[in-house]
Amino acid sequence: MGTKLNAIRRHAVSWTAMLPMAAIVIVAYLGTALWTLRISLSSSRTFPKDDFVGLAQYARLFANDRWMLSLENLALYGVLFIAAALVIGFLLAVFIDQKVAGEGVLRTVFLYPYAMSFVATGLAWQWMLNPEAGIQQAVRRMGYPEFRFDWIVDQDMVMYTIVIATVWQSSGLVMALMLAGLRGIDEEIWKAARIDGIPKWRVYASIVLPMLGPSVATVFMLLATAVVKLFDSVVAMTQGGPGTASEVPTKFIMDHLFGRANIALASAGSIVMLLTVLALVAPILYARSRARRPREAA
Amino acid sequence: MIGPGKFCAALALALAGCAAHAAGPRAEVIHWWTSGGESAAVKKISEAYRAAGGVWVDTAIALGEQARSVTINRIVGGNPPTAAQFNTSKQFLDLVEQGLLNDVDDVAKREGWETLFPETVLRVIKVKGHFYAAPVNIHNMAWIWYSKAALKKAGVAAEPRTMDELFAALDRLKAAGLVPLAHGGQSWQDNIVFTAVLANVGGADLYLKVLRDRDPAAIGSEAFRKVLLTFKRLQTYVDPGSPGRNWNDATAMLITGKAGFQIMGDWAKGEFALAGKAPDRDYGCIAGFGAAPPYLIQGDVFVFPKTKDAQAVKAQKLLAAVATAPATQVEFSIKKGSIPVRSDVDASRMDVCAQKGIAIMKDKSRHLANGEVFLTPDQNGALADIVTAYWNRNMPVEKVQKDIAAALAN
Repeated sequence: MGTKLNAIRRHAVSWTAMLPMAAIVIVAYLGTALWTLRISLSSSRTFPKDDFVGLAQYARLFANDRWMLSLENLALYGVLFIAAALVIGFLLAVFIDQKVAGEGVLRTVFLYPYAMSFVATGLAWQWMLNPEAGIQQAVRRMGYPEFRFDWIVDQDMVMYTIVIATVWQSSGLVMALMLAGLRGIDEEIWKAARIDGIPKWRVYASIVLPMLGPSVATVFMLLATAVVKLFDSVVAMTQGGPGTASEVPTKFIMDHLFGRANIALASAGSIVMLLTVLALVAPILYARSRARRPREAA
Repeated sequence: MIGPGKFCAALALALAGCAAHAAGPRAEVIHWWTSGGESAAVKKISEAYRAAGGVWVDTAIALGEQARSVTINRIVGGNPPTAAQFNTSKQFLDLVEQGLLNDVDDVAKREGWETLFPETVLRVIKVKGHFYAAPVNIHNMAWIWYSKAALKKAGVAAEPRTMDELFAALDRLKAAGLVPLAHGGQSWQDNIVFTAVLANVGGADLYLKVLRDRDPAAIGSEAFRKVLLTFKRLQTYVDPGSPGRNWNDATAMLITGKAGFQIMGDWAKGEFALAGKAPDRDYGCIAGFGAAPPYLIQGDVFVFPKTKDAQAVKAQKLLAAVATAPATQVEFSIKKGSIPVRSDVDASRMDVCAQKGIAIMKDKSRHLANGEVFLTPDQNGALADIVTAYWNRNMPVEKVQKDIAAALAN
């Protein structure tokens, strides 16, 4: 009897502790998501309206060239950015893991870009990439008048400049997380590999990397959310230009939310982004829960 | 000697309580006049307002979009400012229709706004017979500026008077190794060039048919096709560094004589003035081509959010009267680079370009509203997306015509 009461009391305490967080999740996340969904089905302009226009806003959204281009840009950006940040971040971590001299300094240097606001560093990138003021001009002055590096003003290449700049910013974070993972690898594995005469790269590729699975998954999730949120770097570097060549969905949503006074269309865009994220994350979560289940049963 | 009113006004910025005890009506005004010339201009209004016995509380917020969303959020949140800046456009129409603004009908009637202001401005500030905004100034965003030094270097003797002469001059500048057209490749600047070409090449009729009537036949017409092709042709005269450039950096290219022409609003005068350049001596301004080119009307207004507080209503009415008074309008426009909304002012202290503008504005047939007066912010944005995409990308002009027709059909 007494133990049961204690259990209830314990539960009550933990529930009370979780209540504020639960309230925030329900009201601030679920509530606003539902409200956004509701607005996206109305004909609201500057102010929310109560009418119901079905999927008209979504039809308009997908008939919009700029929105479609934004989605394409985001897909291209997402694949390149995640791949490059993962590879470079991992290589940096491996490099530092070789017990190099001045590790502390190097770690700071690599991680520093992540600590800075992209609004500021984005402007610096914009200047460096500007064909008439930055790298191109500098190399030309050094005696290579034919040198060309004008991606940021090139319709077809501008997205790559955003990839470069954001990879520069994020790979330090990837390095830090990967390095933590590497430091968690048992020294015994390295000793055993040395005795067996396995080359170092092979140990990294076939043994260490698979063991880093959880770190990679964490990093992947962080990078994926950065992709969906991509906004400040575009605004700071290109403002979506030249023309509409580097437009991204978040910028479309922000433009329509405020400047263009069409919160219904902006909400429809937000819902589409939310569904995209869910569609990407759900399989991963599902696979994880499946992977965990047999172990729990055992 | 600092008078008690002035002292209190200064203190009011720090201590909200002080304003309540001030003698005059207290007006908190949200605006986005934050650059050097702009804040000097708004100071003229605040000085006039204080001189009229009021207490001015300045809430300057950088960037128009930002300032407008703060205004709207504060109105919705039940804590509206006394007055707020908007552009002379449909930006505040939703506020009017939701019944969130006070009208200033008695000031308008007393001062005779109906006969004083141009038709295009009245069309914006007067909704269903009531006056909902006090116009502050008129900007023309489609002036053609040129550097006298650059033109001289390229051997261009006289300022161009037609579009063909402009292209001839651009060719000579190109041949002389200069940048023919200084342009900031940002969406809104691409659209300024488009608007200028539509008004100058297409003419007022086509302009109104496309932007006001949103007539698909006009958008599909041969004349509009020619407008688009001329617009695209101008793009071949910009330098490779153009995309993403700020407008004032483009103006600086004229100031240093590196570039010949720039198509930009009359706020560019502020940049020339800062660099110590004088109109007619160092740079020239062309309002448009042809015998009587239209004058594109844009500008700023104050709107007055709904309130029942008698003191606040008094402040709103006082501000509406002060901001539209002839002396305030002239002083404001001298600093801002614009021209007064009313024509019965003494313009002798204004610069040559402004006087040119005021002279043109005397001819009613040459008034032409900017696109934002006719289009919703949403339609205007959709059009801007297409125009900037066309400026930067090679695409068939027929597709552009079709896209514009579809965007404006919404």
